[in-house]
Amino acid sequence: MMRILLASVAGLAVSAHAATAEVDQNAPVGGDMIVTYKDDVATLDPAIGYDWQNWSMIKSLFDGLMGYEPGTTILRNELAADYTISEDGLTHTFTLKDGITFHNGRAIVADDVKYSIDRVTNPTTRSPGAGFFGMIDGFDSWNAGEGDGLSGVTVIDEKTVQITLNRPDATFSHVMALNFASIVPKEAVEASGEDFGREPVGSGAFKLAEWSPGQRVVFERFDGYHREGVPKLDQVTFEIGLEPTVALLRLQQGQADVPGDGIPPAQFLQVMGDPAQAANVVEGGQLHTGYITLNTQMAPFDNVDVRKAVNMAINKDRIVKIINGRAVPANQPLPPTMPGYADDYEGYAYDPTAAMEMLAAAGFPDGFTTELFVMNVDPNPRIAQAIQQDLKEIGITAELRSLAQANVIAAGGEADQAPMIWSGGMAWIADFPDPSNFYGPILGCAGAVQGGWNWAWYCNADLDAKAAEADAMTGADKADARIEAWKEIYLAVMEDAPWVPIFNEQRFTLTSGRVAGDPSLFVDPVHIPVNYDYIYSKEAE
Amino acid sequence: MSVFASSATGEPRRGARTARVIRELLMRPRSAFGLIVIVLMVGAAVFAPWLMPHDPFEQSFDGLSLVGAPLPPGGEFPLGTDLLGRDLASRLILGTRTSLIIGVLANGIAILLGAGVGITAGYFGGWIGAILMRFTDLMMAFPALLLAIVLAAIFQPSLLIVALVIAMVNWVQMARVIYTETRSLAQHDFIQVQRALGAGHLRILFAHLLPHLLSSIVVFGTLGISTTVLLEATLSFLGVGVQPPMPSWGNIIFENQTYFTTAPWLVFFPGAAIVLLALGFNLVGDALRDILDPTLKGRH
Amino acid sequence: MQAYLVRRLLESALILIGITLVTFILLYLVPADPARQIAGRSATAETVQNIRDQLGLNDPFFVQYWRYLTSLLQGDMGRSYLQRAEVSELIAARLPASLLLMVAAIVTELAFGLTIGIVAALRRNRPADHGLMIFSFVSISAPQFVIGILLLYVFAVKLNWFPIGGYGTFAHVVLPAVTLGFLGAGWYSRMMRSSMIDVLGQDFVRTAQAKGLGKARIILRHVIPNAILPIIAMIGIDIGLFMSGIVVVESVFGWPGIGQLAWQAIQRIDIPVIMGVTIVSATAIVLGNLLADFVAPLIDPRIKTK
Repeated sequence: MMRILLASVAGLAVSAHAATAEVDQNAPVGGDMIVTYKDDVATLDPAIGYDWQNWSMIKSLFDGLMGYEPGTTILRNELAADYTISEDGLTHTFTLKDGITFHNGRAIVADDVKYSIDRVTNPTTRSPGAGFFGMIDGFDSWNAGEGDGLSGVTVIDEKTVQITLNRPDATFSHVMALNFASIVPKEAVEASGEDFGREPVGSGAFKLAEWSPGQRVVFERFDGYHREGVPKLDQVTFEIGLEPTVALLRLQQGQADVPGDGIPPAQFLQVMGDPAQAANVVEGGQLHTGYITLNTQMAPFDNVDVRKAVNMAINKDRIVKIINGRAVPANQPLPPTMPGYADDYEGYAYDPTAAMEMLAAAGFPDGFTTELFVMNVDPNPRIAQAIQQDLKEIGITAELRSLAQANVIAAGGEADQAPMIWSGGMAWIADFPDPSNFYGPILGCAGAVQGGWNWAWYCNADLDAKAAEADAMTGADKADARIEAWKEIYLAVMEDAPWVPIFNEQRFTLTSGRVAGDPSLFVDPVHIPVNYDYIYSKEAE
Repeated sequence: MSVFASSATGEPRRGARTARVIRELLMRPRSAFGLIVIVLMVGAAVFAPWLMPHDPFEQSFDGLSLVGAPLPPGGEFPLGTDLLGRDLASRLILGTRTSLIIGVLANGIAILLGAGVGITAGYFGGWIGAILMRFTDLMMAFPALLLAIVLAAIFQPSLLIVALVIAMVNWVQMARVIYTETRSLAQHDFIQVQRALGAGHLRILFAHLLPHLLSSIVVFGTLGISTTVLLEATLSFLGVGVQPPMPSWGNIIFENQTYFTTAPWLVFFPGAAIVLLALGFNLVGDALRDILDPTLKGRH
Repeated sequence: MQAYLVRRLLESALILIGITLVTFILLYLVPADPARQIAGRSATAETVQNIRDQLGLNDPFFVQYWRYLTSLLQGDMGRSYLQRAEVSELIAARLPASLLLMVAAIVTELAFGLTIGIVAALRRNRPADHGLMIFSFVSISAPQFVIGILLLYVFAVKLNWFPIGGYGTFAHVVLPAVTLGFLGAGWYSRMMRSSMIDVLGQDFVRTAQAKGLGKARIILRHVIPNAILPIIAMIGIDIGLFMSGIVVVESVFGWPGIGQLAWQAIQRIDIPVIMGVTIVSATAIVLGNLLADFVAPLIDPRIKTK
């Protein structure tokens, strides 16, 4: 699931590691690769797939109007040859490339674009990504079931599509690069009906060759792909249902090339301690932050000084040590690779004495008792216990409630159930590399409702207004100002301290040495975990 | 002479009988060993605060290596440390409490319930038996894990809920086996003879059937200890029962089983504790069965 | 006999319907909202409501249950909330693998368990018996995850006798079957041992010995068949034991069975899949018990069926 593990989606602006992807266009073509995953692939329907495994698989099977340069977070045209935006930022016109076809051979036309976007936003599709298209004209009525499509998406001619927005939105191009905006062929969808997720037909670099449920999924090269020399590999095999420890064993015996779930925490030190294996490890940043939410509607966390005291009580370095250094301590909501990150922000330094003083001044000289909810999958209970000990040092007794993920999410969605939640395992990961993605559902007023994801129940109307303003700043000339605006918003959030940011997880990927490519392809910020399209095989001619 | 049969001169006194049983247990080396193990475990549970070398909850800085790895047994931490730098020996000692309560009490209730249902169903047969066994079938197919998840969401975690869920799950195995055996035994001649002699049902059940079923009861009772301790770990994982950082042998194993290639002591020692406890009860149980009905001793 | 069979089948059907009701109630009581899981984290409250309407989740409990039950009786288990595929297809694709594993595990358990139990009973109170007793307790107390990885490491990686997990050939079945069967072998060995000891102490054995019949003949033709009775009763329980072990073992060995399907469904409140898997496993358990009840009188003719 996107939220369970690591998705790297980096910033709109060029970030340090993203810029240095040197993808060898002349790399040899041929060969194959084996990738392992533990969880089953639920579906390959781009309108529905929103899990860790299928997010990248869908990227290889399908294309949208926009995409990203491999190994980076830099937007580029994908199926669109040309893309113009009107002065007021409300009208976006896309012209399709020539010579683009689906896997079934049919040429892609503008009608397909309209069909696909209408489909994703159609309420009967029940797509988890429908909400991303809220800025398109006519979304509200269509998503409520009226009419027969989005009024804001119009087909101008066979190769041109025009999309009108109901408000200027700087994130729109990113939305067009999301999986949910992939183009699908109407005839295939109608032929398969609800089973389209099992029989996907797209226009991506690979097509589906075989799917044995619970065992393996096999992709093979799509010869009609619109980019020369892509994909490099002839075939990618996904072995499913394999425990990460066993996947590592296979890799070490040469039977797998990339463990899709990463190096299991239990074997991490072992792998890093072995020079031969450590040489094949690639490390990359993620657009992920792990944090504790403090329910601002439940006493005593309605007192901002109490929240600040908690922020000062947690020893983040110790927690990072407990997870063997697989993260960097965080002091703000945004991760370092996200534009809008404040490099010079000090945050609340670890100072238990000051924390105790603040707590006493706030009226709790003897501390208090509360509950800390956590998801029951390792290493989260351990991290929660470390947090628990830190809180005890300043007099707060936090009882742990270690539950199944769905139960924690349910508790967070109620105003009066979960005073503290450690977000690990459910931590926020950006859907696309833009600071606004970290705000709406988890810090904005819209998310502070029953069943919402704003578990801190934090609602600051001022900041909401500023957020809307920031997103209205479209146009390349305003990009920097927009990032500044977002930076200010998040710093203001930290003043209110509804969260305790703890760390940003790093991603560690291991390869077998049989496959190669620029390192950033193995920790691709968008095409996670590896960019199947651009990795090549050392055994190819 | 079986302690169940009354002599012509009247029933022997209860107190004297109990003392004799204990003496017999101590005289046999294996059951003596078992008794000692049980007493030690109970002692560890009761006197835990004085026995533990360290604070079982303290995540000490010295408890982890520089890179954050747990320490192997030896030195300051006799059985090593866990992934948070806590002393394993202390946690094992404190965990004895939970494991005894669950392994002995919860399991005990399950055994009583299972044997009771099994004997009743097997002896009486007819519609009583049918209803009881269909009820057993229902409980066997019952989605206990789901129940645990629901309970975890609704109630505050407590050992009582764990004990109830465990008892609910474990009694069915016992019931079916005892049922089958009873059905077979009930048709044996010696039972028919007793019926013909006019012996009451209860008398037959306790004096004649039960001794033959004791072997199975002992087996289930003692093996059940291991199963229930591990089941408690699964239930804790789902949110019912002891929550971290409270240790139990089961959840120490469960939390650390993926690490057993790099930190085997975290699985080995609690596992050994479970085996030892079950073994202790088994040795005592076996001996009890021999003492209480010597005609069952197979010699050939 | 026939009337008994018919009656038992009817009772089994009732039990299964009872299970569907109980499971449905439990799922209804779980506070987490499946529509939330489907809608994803960026959805609005209206979207969630709309999904609830489409799936009929806003209807009163009995309406929902009746709808499910009537579809079920027509063979329709609905569609998975998360995978959108038909539940019956999802289960049908994976069930054969789990069944194969279960049968293989039962065979392994019986082979090891019965042998060890018989040997321990015949060598009672001697060192072999003690050693085997400790082995039984260890096999029951050892977590299956650990056993599985150990076996893989030794036999698949180091010795290269078996593949590292996977599915398809006989070689693939061995290690997972042994891992699953390890636990049951412990139970069967103890049960067999104690059952044998009981039977060995009974009068008819002494009578046979007095008659001069050979020891081997007595054991094989009289003792074992009588001692095996409780084991038959236990096979019905085995299926229940498997349901818990199967999730771990299937994921360690990458075995494409229903274990993982079930586990993921439970984590994400995929109600149709949870219902489907529960019904299938309940059916297996009930049928297993039924079978055991019919085999028992064959072994011991004195057991009357009524």
